[in-house]
Amino acid sequence: MSGFDTIVHLVYLACAVCFVIGLHQMNAPATARQGNRISAAGMAVAILTTAIVLGHNRSVSLGAVVALVIGAFAGGTAGLIAARRVKMTAMPQLVSLFNAVGGGAAALIALGDRAASTQAAVTGALDVAIGALTFTGSLVASGKLAGRIPGRPLTVPFGRQISAALAVLAIAFGAWFTAEPNRWLLTGVAVAALAAGVLLTLPIGGADMPVVISLLNACTGTAVAMAGFVLESTPLIIAGGLVGAAGAILTKLMADAMNRPIGAIVAGGYGTGDAVTVGAGTTSAPVREITADDAAIQLAYAGKVVIVPGYGLAAAQAQHEAVALAEALAERGVEVTYAIHPVAGRMPGHMNVLLAEANAPYPQLRDLEESNPEFARTDVVLVVGANDVTNPAARRPGNPVSGMPILDVDKARSVIVLKRSLGHGYAGIDNELYTDPRTAMLFADAKAGLASLLSGLHAYAR
Amino acid sequence: MSPLLLADLTVFTLALLVGFEVISKVPATLHTPLMSGANAIHGVVIVGVMLLAASVSGIGGDVLLAVAAFCAAMNVAGGYVVTDRMLAMFRSRS
Repeated sequence: MSGFDTIVHLVYLACAVCFVIGLHQMNAPATARQGNRISAAGMAVAILTTAIVLGHNRSVSLGAVVALVIGAFAGGTAGLIAARRVKMTAMPQLVSLFNAVGGGAAALIALGDRAASTQAAVTGALDVAIGALTFTGSLVASGKLAGRIPGRPLTVPFGRQISAALAVLAIAFGAWFTAEPNRWLLTGVAVAALAAGVLLTLPIGGADMPVVISLLNACTGTAVAMAGFVLESTPLIIAGGLVGAAGAILTKLMADAMNRPIGAIVAGGYGTGDAVTVGAGTTSAPVREITADDAAIQLAYAGKVVIVPGYGLAAAQAQHEAVALAEALAERGVEVTYAIHPVAGRMPGHMNVLLAEANAPYPQLRDLEESNPEFARTDVVLVVGANDVTNPAARRPGNPVSGMPILDVDKARSVIVLKRSLGHGYAGIDNELYTDPRTAMLFADAKAGLASLLSGLHAYAR
Repeated sequence: MSPLLLADLTVFTLALLVGFEVISKVPATLHTPLMSGANAIHGVVIVGVMLLAASVSGIGGDVLLAVAAFCAAMNVAGGYVVTDRMLAMFRSRS
């Protein structure tokens, strides 16, 4: 190994260290931003080093340089514009889009690399298969999250059989390619995987999206690592491994939070998509209704209030109203926190970002484990647009939410549920919380309801 | 298996394990920036696209290279910027 190669290798190693430190710093909100910047600095150095390597080896044709520069400039600009303009509510679809293009680029590497010899044939075929699958899968997921494709499970006739056939086809082409490296076989793998990505994602319902995008993120990481094997490039292998691990952990956390096996989620057909309320509840037990003014007074004279935001709050973009109400209560000396279920948004941790955008201080954002012991000493819980994650039926066996980790809202002294109707959540069952004698229902849209609570607070509680 | 492939496999396995170890400590509050930040890290695929430039030829190869560069650059630039934007919003008091 020449001196130049040694230095390049060491610099790449330093970049990989930056990625690990950057991810490590994400373990607390106070250091996370710095961590992301360390990671970005490592990335910048890796790109610069690679440019120097290309210049040093003089192995790149002028046409390739032009193609590289034009493509990178256009892509970088598009990415920057999207990243600057995106609304926080639209974050899941943007992250999914970035995931798609990352997977696509990884697949193109193995497709374009002539040196994909027998040595790298297995990893090359895997790179193309996983990368292509993630590309179309993430694009469909992004479209569903953005509402361009209906969020409900879309079933294609014989979809499952076709997907299975495509998988067999991709494996067959891949195996053939490892025996006889021929670019057309690899293209066959790509086409089969592209189609499979679409067919696998279409039937998955909107409620399962947090799991799906975590899983697709893990896939892209793996595809990038495979591209690293093809190119003998350590930074790609390390970064791909790190991202693969991140995606895998988030997939597991999200699936556990919904108490659904990952296999069943991928099989699809569950849930109804975007609709916040699905049909009318069939409950016969009486519910107690409350006016916004009464609810406001109850909140104003509480010692401790916990706000439970659910997808209904995100869908109504009511995070600013929720935080305004919390601030007004805090000014009166009420202790306010937010209890956030892991699947409260459309991607892992999404609700936290929405509340942080509305200026909620992060020490007030509590997860499931931190919140549950607090409910027993809480005077009023305000549930805004959350349903299944508060259903006490989950503690009993024998119903669709059995075993799902829930927020123990019913342990509080009183509960106010702000919701449009008594409609069902994704699980499609009655929420026993609503008929609890300690629960009062405030029927309103999340945004309007929170605004009327705030004006009630100003009007009656002086 | 060649020694080179074995070495790569070792690195990959250890990277996975380091990833599990580091990321399991990230609190739920930061899961969206974590995913977005991890997304930006797999933007390192742009390094792979640059290395690919040495082995493509012809118009077809150049077009493929430009598309790959477009995708990878969008991933890496957008990923880091959007993660930074999100993390800037996390404040300890309002």
